[in-house]
Amino acid sequence: MFKLRIAISTLLIGFALFAGCAPKQETGKQVITIWHWMTDREPAFQELAKRYEAKAGVKVNFELYAPSDAYSQKVRAAAQGENLPDIFGILGEKRDFASFIKAGHIFNLTPYMEANNAEWKSSFFGKALAVNEFNEGNSYGVKPGTYGAPIDIMTIQMLYNKNLFRQLGLNPRKPPVTFEELLDIGKKISAANRGGSASGGKQSGMQGLVSGWAEVWMIDCFANNYAFNIMGKDKVLATIKGEVPYTDTDWIKVLTFFKQMQESGVLANGVVTMINKTAEQLFANDKAVFAFNGSWCVNVYKGMNPKLDYGAMLPPAASEKFPMAIWGGAGSSFMVNERSKNKEEAVKFLQWLTGADQQAYLAQSTNNLPANKNATSKIPDILAQFADSMENATHPNVWGLSEFSVVIEAFDKGIQSIIIGEKTPEQVALEVQRIKERELAKKRLVR
Amino acid sequence: MKIKSTLENYVFVLPAVLIFAVFYIIPFIWVFQLGLYDWDGILPTKIFVGLDNFKEILFDKIWWQSMGNAGYITLIALTFQNALAFLLAWACDREIRGKNLYRVIFFIPPVLSEVVVGLVWQWILDGNYGLLNSWLAHLGLSHLARSWLSEPQTALTAVAIVHCWKGFGWGFLIFLAGLQTIPRELYEAARVDGANAWVSFRKITIPLMIPVAVLVAILTVLGTMQAFVLIIAMTGGGPAYHTQVPALRILASMRGSSRFGYACAQGISFGVILMAISFIQYRFSKKSRV
Repeated sequence: MFKLRIAISTLLIGFALFAGCAPKQETGKQVITIWHWMTDREPAFQELAKRYEAKAGVKVNFELYAPSDAYSQKVRAAAQGENLPDIFGILGEKRDFASFIKAGHIFNLTPYMEANNAEWKSSFFGKALAVNEFNEGNSYGVKPGTYGAPIDIMTIQMLYNKNLFRQLGLNPRKPPVTFEELLDIGKKISAANRGGSASGGKQSGMQGLVSGWAEVWMIDCFANNYAFNIMGKDKVLATIKGEVPYTDTDWIKVLTFFKQMQESGVLANGVVTMINKTAEQLFANDKAVFAFNGSWCVNVYKGMNPKLDYGAMLPPAASEKFPMAIWGGAGSSFMVNERSKNKEEAVKFLQWLTGADQQAYLAQSTNNLPANKNATSKIPDILAQFADSMENATHPNVWGLSEFSVVIEAFDKGIQSIIIGEKTPEQVALEVQRIKERELAKKRLVR
Repeated sequence: MKIKSTLENYVFVLPAVLIFAVFYIIPFIWVFQLGLYDWDGILPTKIFVGLDNFKEILFDKIWWQSMGNAGYITLIALTFQNALAFLLAWACDREIRGKNLYRVIFFIPPVLSEVVVGLVWQWILDGNYGLLNSWLAHLGLSHLARSWLSEPQTALTAVAIVHCWKGFGWGFLIFLAGLQTIPRELYEAARVDGANAWVSFRKITIPLMIPVAVLVAILTVLGTMQAFVLIIAMTGGGPAYHTQVPALRILASMRGSSRFGYACAQGISFGVILMAISFIQYRFSKKSRV
């Protein structure tokens, strides 16, 4: 009897151990795994996964890895170990995207996009898809095609607080249109902070423009807007190619804008070490007149202060020569793993996820702009303002060539130095140009 | 028989050697090897560049500025932080009321999360709505208020002071343990011989605490030179490059510029510098014991 008990116990322990080691997936059911970093979209993704399982009988595991820095590292490490999931997103520059493709980690979606008279492809906003496309003769050496499906779009532009506009005696329906008008508002903010008439003699404590300029890419984005406005796309691209130096008067003019904004009082105190979360808190709590942020902020502000009265605007133009350009296009995209055994199922899921109904659900539940152009009818007014600026949108990932990362860093850090009054625009331009020339020389040597 | 005994000894040491090799030596060699390549961390192909990455480090002004910044934080930690730790440990070693409570309180900062500490101090030091500026205004010192973390004149020192606040608990604990090993009879004998408290402190406490102080100094240098989380939470390395430290530069090369080879070369160079500093301090500690 005792031996029997021992035998039964051993068997039970054995079963329990084996059960623990067994894969999670249910027998006979296909499972697609997706890695993402979008904390705000996780509940909506889980809901969509349930709907897809009910519809197609395929289980979809959305796995969230946040924050985005940690996610980015995880994807790179998984790529090295060839352990990427069926579907994933890439955070980084176009050159990183190209490296993933060349390393054989990303499946070419072109045949699926082009099938049935390009039915899938034509459902997207052109600018949303452009981020995931590589054209003929691209400088990255990638086979032309579409390598990702956008799930939302975004634009990064300026926002203004209508309550603070009223306090400053400004018309909340008329945000500044020219750079001069912006500087004038900066002077009004400074006066209000000194206890001027705009604040009824009291020191207002209001801030000017807040943004996550400690995360230097947002400075880069703002500077590029003005570079496009002053010198146009061709000259910006010629600079990246090394044909126009950063010491050119137009570039110095761009750098000088930051000095002027600082001097006029447009920029918030401490903006150079401000992270975007702090900037969002200040703006959402009626402490800052302007913000420079992406369309994702609509959801953030709604969570922080549902009563916030604000509007979206293009950065005020400094020139009439060229249109103001803002960064925009695909917000987040998903790619299919070239080495996945479930490639076909993964593509089918992406086609479903980017369909009009699912995109409308995502837009309504997460306040992000849909990538599918047939899903824009039911979006809030403030999101529609962001969507309206899509025609002004551009993005480094669609330019077909990339600036050296070290040059971008020197440029952005140089702007920080100008804002804190440490360097002049001319000094920064010279330093950036020196780094550019060094990198160009290195590139020639490698060739 | 002797050979057997020697082999046996090696067998006992083998697991430790294996673990050390797998987790320390082999990665170190791999990282050095990667430092000889131009590689973005994604592509399967790497371009061999020899020692070019190491040569580039020699002329990388920002890298050396970050080393200087880390050196400045370390200097403040070695002096201010360790002096504070020693004084508090010395006070707690004496028969004072509630000394156990003080021991717990002084050890709270080191056990807190660096990110949380960084964010809380960022809020305290904020130029617009920070507590420090608010207190200064209440004290009638509003002319001293400033953006502590955004101005180049104050950012690094502010970070260094917060680092000291966060780290002094470790030194306090080690100093306290060291002080408790000093035999009380020595102090009693000195008192019988007519020595006052200051003479006892100078002639007994300080000489016997030198090895402990060297140990604390080594740990302070190694810990502070590698400071990272606190800085990224407080300033992100800004404004401009004013609070950049080597660990942030390595991260910037790896993630910002996708230059894995260069980042590996920076990591190796930094490791070698830290090893050299530790070695010098170790030699100094040996001399002081003699």
